[in-house]
Amino acid sequence: MIENRFITDQLQQRFTHDILGYETSLDMLTITVTSPVIHEVIAFLKENKNLAFTFLTDLCGIHYPDRGLPLGVVYHLHNLQENKRIRVKTYVTAGNPNVQTMTDLFETANWMERETYDFYGIIFDGHPNLKRILNVDYMDYFPLRKEYPLEDQTREDKNDKFFGR
Amino acid sequence: MIPRPLTPSPKREGEYTTLNLGPTHPATHGIFQNVLTLDGEKIIDAEQTIGYIHRAFEKIAERRPYYQITPLTDRLNYCSSPINNIGWHMTVEKLLGVKTSKRIDYLRIILMELARITDHLVCNSVIGVDSGALTGFIYVFQEREKVYEIYEEVSGARLTTNMGRIGGFERDISPIAIRKIREFIDHLPKVLKEFEKLLMRNRIFMDRTIGVGPISGERALNYGFTGPNLRAAGVDYDVRVMNPYSSYDDFDFTIPVGTQGDVYDRFCVRQEEIWQSLKLIRNAMENLPAGDFHVSVPQFYLPPKEEVYSKMEALIWHFKIVMGEIEVPVGEVYHSVEGGNGELGFYLVSDGGRTPYRLHFRRPGFIYYQAYPEMIRGGVLSDAILTMSSMNVIAGELDA
Repeated sequence: MIENRFITDQLQQRFTHDILGYETSLDMLTITVTSPVIHEVIAFLKENKNLAFTFLTDLCGIHYPDRGLPLGVVYHLHNLQENKRIRVKTYVTAGNPNVQTMTDLFETANWMERETYDFYGIIFDGHPNLKRILNVDYMDYFPLRKEYPLEDQTREDKNDKFFGR
Repeated sequence: MIPRPLTPSPKREGEYTTLNLGPTHPATHGIFQNVLTLDGEKIIDAEQTIGYIHRAFEKIAERRPYYQITPLTDRLNYCSSPINNIGWHMTVEKLLGVKTSKRIDYLRIILMELARITDHLVCNSVIGVDSGALTGFIYVFQEREKVYEIYEEVSGARLTTNMGRIGGFERDISPIAIRKIREFIDHLPKVLKEFEKLLMRNRIFMDRTIGVGPISGERALNYGFTGPNLRAAGVDYDVRVMNPYSSYDDFDFTIPVGTQGDVYDRFCVRQEEIWQSLKLIRNAMENLPAGDFHVSVPQFYLPPKEEVYSKMEALIWHFKIVMGEIEVPVGEVYHSVEGGNGELGFYLVSDGGRTPYRLHFRRPGFIYYQAYPEMIRGGVLSDAILTMSSMNVIAGELDA
């Protein structure tokens, strides 16, 4: 079993100031890194023999409209030999939402990144086929961003004081 | 085995045929579109278009309290809804730090394994249909019907089950359900043996499936395969063993693996998993402890209706749950269960509000379906149909 401490030490040695924080949440170690080095970090985690996080379980976006870097990408990696999961996060600005693609490391990132682009508008540089996947091609907004509420907020026939968010 | 041409003949671009397989095509069992480039009958390339039944569950979930998200999960992999429901309940329990009792765990195992059996039965019998054997399909659907009757007894619904609650079950398992489960596990082995006799060593079936749609273990891992499809490629990854949830570690069962990762191996792995599930159900039924069918989570578990009308405490909790005045811990959690066709994950971010701040479903079908062009390239059209049905791609899960 790889200790969390070992992972953080390895990353700290390699990427000193680009690691923004570590956090052990309810289930797994969460590492936040700056967006320019995200590809290097994931590649390091995958290719380093002692870490070997060779399985990309999940990749998804998240939106915090009130933060300075509102758009996030969350990666869930899994070391199948040691059965260790970690979560890596990176945040970008809404004006320049560019993150490097992981398709060269994991084939599976292809559709996951297309889905993230589709819903959050995060642009994955170097992606071979970055277009919408679940929504229609002519849609001109990114529906999972928080500025698009689920119901029409101008409706007056329904008092949503209690049931709304 | 019939030799298949593997290299495309050197033709110019314009000489290939483009074929739209889908969106609605009787052979695809769901709404999938595949644009195939064909040279005669040989597949040169393929591109999938998905999203025809996209319902934006992740967005809807951001406005729904936790207990109202269960019906959304029904509609992901609708061939094994209880696994999705219970997986979601366990995700919330992980966030809340709720420990369930052994009785709940074992009941959950029984229902999840029943769901796995139906999922695999559908998938395997459909492989038979697509290779020309309709009989097995009709025969095992009779058994699936019996499982649906068990669901009906447990939850009241058949397909979209909405089974269980956060912290356990809404009611105790009834003696009728117990009887039906016993009847089912006693009767299924006979049917399964006949079904296997029909296909497993059938020369025609073997010729149609061995070496068709293969993928290596390494490629499968790179493509994020999980579940029976990954195990057929020879990688023994199963969430039930790697991260045991719901007391799976109390039971002794085997994880079957294949070698070639082709249609036949996927068929055999699923078939063996049905036997293992039967064993699990039998063990869980034998060792089912007595006790309560839910644990105490008053903030999330609606009190019984008669208490709401007679007890102040119950009325307050009922009001609080329905009006959303409950405390939810802030945090994020990833929980995964072994679904019918792979690792079904829930990534839940809570900001302390009544609804999830963000909920992402890791749908196994969505992730491994992207390998489809690679698996069918160089094969013939009829093999592509078989490959698709053997991958067990469910439209509801693919499109979320």
